[in-house]
Amino acid sequence: MCLSLPAKVIEVNGDMADVSVGGTIFKAGLQLLDDVKPGDYVLLHAGFAIQKIKEDEAREILGLLEEMEEQAD
Amino acid sequence: MHFINTEGMDEFITLNHGSGGRLTGELIREMFATRFGMNEPFTDSAIANIKGREMAFTTDSYVIEPIFFPGGNIGKLAVCGTVNDLAVAGAIPLYLTASFIIEEGFPVKDLITIVESMAQEAKNAGVKIVAGDTKVVEKGKCDKIFITTTGAGVIRDGCSHIGTAVKVKPGDRLIINGPVGNHSIAVMGARKQLSFTSQVVSDCASLNHLINRVLDTRCEVHFMRDLTRGGLATVLNELSAMTGMGVEVEEDKIPVDEPVKGLCEMMGFDPLYLANEGKVLIVVPPEECDKVMAAIRSEPSGEKAEVIGIITGNKNKMVIVKTLTGGTRILDMHSGIQLPRIC
Amino acid sequence: MKYIDEYRDIRLIRALEKTIRREAIGSYIFMEVCGGHTAAIHRFGIPSLLPPNVTLLSGPGCPVCVTPVSTIDRTIELASQKDVIITSFGDLIRVPGSVSSLEKEKAHGADVRIVFSALEALEIARASKGKKVIFLGIGFETTAPGTAAAIIKAKESGIRNFFVLSAHKIMPPAMEAIICDGTEINGFICPGHVSTITGSKGFRFISEKYNLGCVISGFEPVDIMMSVLMLIKQVNNHKFLTEIQYSRAVTVEGNLKAQKIMDEVFTLASNEWRGLGTIERSGLKINDKYSAHDAEKVFSLKGLSENLRENTSCLCGEVLRGRKRPTDCRLFAGVCTPDNPVGACMVSAEGACNAFYKYRRNG
Repeated sequence: MCLSLPAKVIEVNGDMADVSVGGTIFKAGLQLLDDVKPGDYVLLHAGFAIQKIKEDEAREILGLLEEMEEQAD
Repeated sequence: MHFINTEGMDEFITLNHGSGGRLTGELIREMFATRFGMNEPFTDSAIANIKGREMAFTTDSYVIEPIFFPGGNIGKLAVCGTVNDLAVAGAIPLYLTASFIIEEGFPVKDLITIVESMAQEAKNAGVKIVAGDTKVVEKGKCDKIFITTTGAGVIRDGCSHIGTAVKVKPGDRLIINGPVGNHSIAVMGARKQLSFTSQVVSDCASLNHLINRVLDTRCEVHFMRDLTRGGLATVLNELSAMTGMGVEVEEDKIPVDEPVKGLCEMMGFDPLYLANEGKVLIVVPPEECDKVMAAIRSEPSGEKAEVIGIITGNKNKMVIVKTLTGGTRILDMHSGIQLPRIC
Repeated sequence: MKYIDEYRDIRLIRALEKTIRREAIGSYIFMEVCGGHTAAIHRFGIPSLLPPNVTLLSGPGCPVCVTPVSTIDRTIELASQKDVIITSFGDLIRVPGSVSSLEKEKAHGADVRIVFSALEALEIARASKGKKVIFLGIGFETTAPGTAAAIIKAKESGIRNFFVLSAHKIMPPAMEAIICDGTEINGFICPGHVSTITGSKGFRFISEKYNLGCVISGFEPVDIMMSVLMLIKQVNNHKFLTEIQYSRAVTVEGNLKAQKIMDEVFTLASNEWRGLGTIERSGLKINDKYSAHDAEKVFSLKGLSENLRENTSCLCGEVLRGRKRPTDCRLFAGVCTPDNPVGACMVSAEGACNAFYKYRRNG
């Protein structure tokens, strides 16, 4: 079965979008999300965009991890 | 053991028998080699001593779907594949034959494109296509066009051991001439059956000039094999089986282009098992490594070459990958599910 | 690649390794219930990065693995009917049924096609008017909304020759069954992608009702290690919560639109899970509004007896419940290999036996 991967939305055409994973363009159904725009990052699973990825949350977690890394020694 | 006798035999040939993995190996060994009296090791080309001259012979057939793909077509593939089988055996490729089975209704325009590609590629590689055969079958009895080739060449002095791996020793370094998996991805994309488009181009290329550069250095080369179906993992496993030695490679040293990586992550493929048509694994002693790498990198088809691993002293006949987290995993022979008609 | 490479940063992995070693003062057993986690844990060698007092168990998180033999048998029965095209995710093709598999049927001439999406199957139906296209819907809450969306689209577009055999299941009841089964677990690494749909609210019962640790985890090595650390801290502090590590994709509420689409098309029904038996309200059945696209209702299936020839030496059931490890099974790596799988755990790339075979066979 397919996994789910972060993909960047390139183009939106009605209820389908072209999304890019490392330069390969996949077709993603947008039936499960609202307001998807080019530039958004979504999770692609079995041909559907299932959720948007939140940049601020990603940054927060990485920030926490960087702090931990500094303290780890 | 499925094909030695009728007991416990698989009743039907499945697509898995053709994908270049373990099942293909079993089919070759147990169905054909035993009955034809062929002995191991099975190398890309057969070497025969004809009146004191060592000659290499090889044969291949091409059933790729689709016949036109980014980076080439079935004709170019046929020439490159055959040339490469000879070159990795340490031979100078000289003559090719080409037999065509063509489906009724196949467009002449397409046939011209394919044949002209073959002529061009033969010229690039410096080989002559000297004989062939043509058959046409009724519509539906073959899928557009199948090509079968044979190739003949002369083994370079002191190179007849290369395909057999007899000189491989612990400590030898493993070199690959560039990123893996591109051919499979290009073909998958061209099939248009899957919901993706990719810019990836097949790496289909004749490698004899690159290999000549390497052999011209007069460095010791202990083994060469070109990667086709079954990918790098298959060749590494074959090498391990032939030598009885362990093989260890580092995951982050194996070059994989970003779009190929992305697609593999998405589809759950392992790039190490994907087919290639312009890649060769070269095994050399550690002290020759730098010189050989310089020779490889001086050729266009070797610009992105990397040293990816080492032959270990372990007698475990296993291929181990050191992962990017520092853990290890076993790289097994693939059972062969991946893609049918990839070459 | 963005949102992947950062979470494979070796410095962060090393730092997490050190921190876990420092914090892991007791003994911990954590179970993951997601095939994606099973595969990632083994692919990245996570167990080799953890101290010996932290054990990771694999649960029934592989949708292919928990699919009962009867589902494969029914699909094979459908494949043999006239003018039928079976469409399925790739992993299912090789799963052994009682007598055959979809792969074997394909070799004998059945029209069985691998698809990567329910929408692809719908396209095949649109393009093959004279045929009946049946999509085998396998997967948990991550995948079910997509199948539901495809069914809705089929109805709205008047694609009458598209049918779904729904074998979709939901996770929480299976987790509850595991907990009640008595397997010793301190906490769960919760499924990250299921949670993008259900929200963390779907897993609150683990900490609130059962006092077990619960962290919803992403899939990269950094995510998984961080989740293990968060679980260790929960256990150390005796403070059990349902925490979200995978905050870049998971919220408390989840994807409400996807939940609504699932409710529109599916109703909960009791369902058979390989290894766990029948679990109440754990399967997704297509409801009456969409019965024209329900393969169960449209096609008459004779059905073979359940588990006709499930090999009694196969420990898939025990492995799925976390009771046994793949290496405890007599058949593992001998008779049962990825080439010749006896049970589903060996077929699927998300199955514990397959992952063990590929990555840990020699320790």
